Amino acid sequence: MTRPVLEVRSAGFAYGRSAPVLTDVSVSVTPGRSLALVGESGAGKTTLLRLLLGLVRPTSGRVLFEGKDLAPRDRALMRDFRRSVQTVFQDPYSSLDPRQRVGRIVSEPLRSLGLREDMTARVAAALDAVGLPEDAASRYPQEFSGGQRQRIAIARAIVCEPRVLLADEPVSALDVSTRVRVVDLLHELRETRALTVVMVSHDLAVVAALCHEVAVLERGRIVERGDAAQVLGAPRHAYTRRLIDSVPRLPRP
Amino acid sequence: MTTRRRVPRSATLIAGCVLAGLVLAVAVLSFFWLPYAPDDTSGDRLMPPGLPHLLGTDKLGRDLLTQLMIGARVALEAGAGSVLIGGLLGLAGGLAAGFATRWLDDTISALLDILIAFPTVLLAMLVTAAREASLGSAVIAIGLAMSAIVARLTRVLVKRVLGQDFITASRTSGTSWPRIILEHVLPNIWPTLSVNLALQFGLAVLAEASLSYLGLGAPPPNASWGRMLQEAQASVFIAPAGVIAPGVLLVVLVVGVNLIADGVRDVADPTRRRTR
Amino acid sequence: MTLLAVAGLHVRSPEGRDLVSDVSFTLDAGERLGLIGESGSGKSMTALAIMGLTPPGMTVSGSVVFDAPGPGRTEVVGAAERRLTSLRGRVTSVVFQEPLTALDPLMRVGRQVAEPLRRRRGLRGRALDAAVTAALEEVRLADPERIARAYPHEISGGQRQRVAIAMALACDPALLIADEPTTALDVTVQADVLTLLDGLVKERGMALLFISHDLAVVSRIAERVIVLKNGTAVESGSVDEVVNAPRHPYTRDLVGSARRLDSVLDSLLDGRTP
Repeated sequence: MTRPVLEVRSAGFAYGRSAPVLTDVSVSVTPGRSLALVGESGAGKTTLLRLLLGLVRPTSGRVLFEGKDLAPRDRALMRDFRRSVQTVFQDPYSSLDPRQRVGRIVSEPLRSLGLREDMTARVAAALDAVGLPEDAASRYPQEFSGGQRQRIAIARAIVCEPRVLLADEPVSALDVSTRVRVVDLLHELRETRALTVVMVSHDLAVVAALCHEVAVLERGRIVERGDAAQVLGAPRHAYTRRLIDSVPRLPRP
Repeated sequence: MTTRRRVPRSATLIAGCVLAGLVLAVAVLSFFWLPYAPDDTSGDRLMPPGLPHLLGTDKLGRDLLTQLMIGARVALEAGAGSVLIGGLLGLAGGLAAGFATRWLDDTISALLDILIAFPTVLLAMLVTAAREASLGSAVIAIGLAMSAIVARLTRVLVKRVLGQDFITASRTSGTSWPRIILEHVLPNIWPTLSVNLALQFGLAVLAEASLSYLGLGAPPPNASWGRMLQEAQASVFIAPAGVIAPGVLLVVLVVGVNLIADGVRDVADPTRRRTR
Repeated sequence: MTLLAVAGLHVRSPEGRDLVSDVSFTLDAGERLGLIGESGSGKSMTALAIMGLTPPGMTVSGSVVFDAPGPGRTEVVGAAERRLTSLRGRVTSVVFQEPLTALDPLMRVGRQVAEPLRRRRGLRGRALDAAVTAALEEVRLADPERIARAYPHEISGGQRQRVAIAMALACDPALLIADEPTTALDVTVQADVLTLLDGLVKERGMALLFISHDLAVVSRIAERVIVLKNGTAVESGSVDEVVNAPRHPYTRDLVGSARRLDSVLDSLLDGRTP
């Protein structure tokens, strides 16, 4: 079995002195095995994602990148981590700085990581990979629709060629037909760029389309975990079953 | 608001530059040429506009035009100086509070509230006591008072921007906090802040006027529009030019600076350029 | 009996853009109609126009006629605000997408539910308290007394939406307009709220205008749907017709997208014993 790129080991997290948001959570991200984090709002999915992103530190337990503890002081490790792990947010309106041109937004990871070589070409390639026209770079985010904005956010996330893409409900703010297209795009990027996707979602159809593994969270604990087919096809936990039954479906012909 | 948006963008800016530029030109000119010496009281008292005193004279027989020209200099110095002090201090304080942890934020906010409640006149007296009665002292006092207001606004604006996902995206890209402030925070708070600073500029000119009336501003012969206004009050029906002239210039300067702020924001702000 | 007749409804923005163009439909008492469209399709604006709540500056033309047993025939377009106020709550009321902003954050839930009951039914004191509890019970909120004492931020999103529904139903409207009422909710909570709405509408014989971008959600609760695109109705018919034999290319794309996501999930769920 390949070594996990990213791992949370028996982590707990609480904001200040309030009740813990996460309790004894262990998740590992193996290269090539995309993972979905599923659960109700308030179950701790987004906090878990923030742990994996190194934005917050666990109150107890560890977060490991390439088997090493994430340490904000270790600059070489953090640089490697930032380059390898990128993110996409739910709200494409809040995730792009309205005062920067798209080219500048997409190139930010390159500039911050000091990868200034061929920057323009890399930005153009990233925009092309997400299906945006070349001239997009010189325009502002507000000239684009929600779906296109999400593509810009994805371009920013892949421009430094990361290995892991952490996505928080990446398509739930989009209209249905746009949603399908962005899911297709993520699927394509997953295949062509050897990206491992870690996604928070409550949309099981999107989960099924993109992820190999599923971890179900309930009240800050992981209650079920395994292959997507196994978890969704033969759910053991009551919440998982309820989730599957709740998915709205079109009436069959 | 809506009517302004229909005007071509640059019109606001041009109008503002013309108005403020007028005052600036007068101020610059005052360094090289004045119709009379500032303390020349050779004219008759309260002369109406005409020759040899174009705008007439005040109750001491000083030439009004001369006073007005020196006043332009003082007004610009007072406005620019206060905004510089208040803006920089306020921005620093507001950024600190915006980024601070809970208790530090609470502490800074409490201090700001005290400073805002503190009367500017009292502040000016304290500064004057420590230094001397001069334009510099007045500017420091006005700047300090202004900094509290600017800081409070900055704090709110910073917090709002920090809550946006693009800041988190920036952090996960490995961008350092100083770079995030320069690249994302400042550009996003600037449009609102700059309009407020323009407003504060106008208020600072007025504040200097009232401080110098109390003897807490620039001492004579440095004429200030504020003092001219106050001194001419008693004779407003006999010699209205003494009130009208500084009053009009004060309005021209304040309106001009505000128009410039609006214009610059409209031109520089990509979120306003395209309204779909 | 026709409860609502919308004919040639037009809404134009202050900039002169047509947000809704020539939308016509009728809604019988007790009927459930779905309004489908993506963001910017004009579906919410249509709902606002029906309520006479379009934002200032919008130009509304065409006709929106309510024919309810109480106030009789009323034309909404161009009607005076006072006439509209008498319609709202009694003839029609709305549930919005975001229950957190639809409720006053500084007022206890009980008082907010009490407000329409007091105003419309003239209840006071004990009777009012009992009516509030009954209203909260009706939307299947467990422990209604506790919920009534809570502030909106102290209860969950699903509970808030139930409270909003209770408020909307307080005056027994003939028509309930639900504007994306489940979009902000978790999938499991959405399923519960849909079941609740379904039951309440049936019990009370209310008409329902359900607005959503999600075809699957609409098909779960409506009998008939209208598909809006760029302010125009491109297709309408029974849920069955539209979902199984879409005619307009746009509807076909919409149905196709939804079906594709469904089928991916189905392939995983296969082998699962029902």
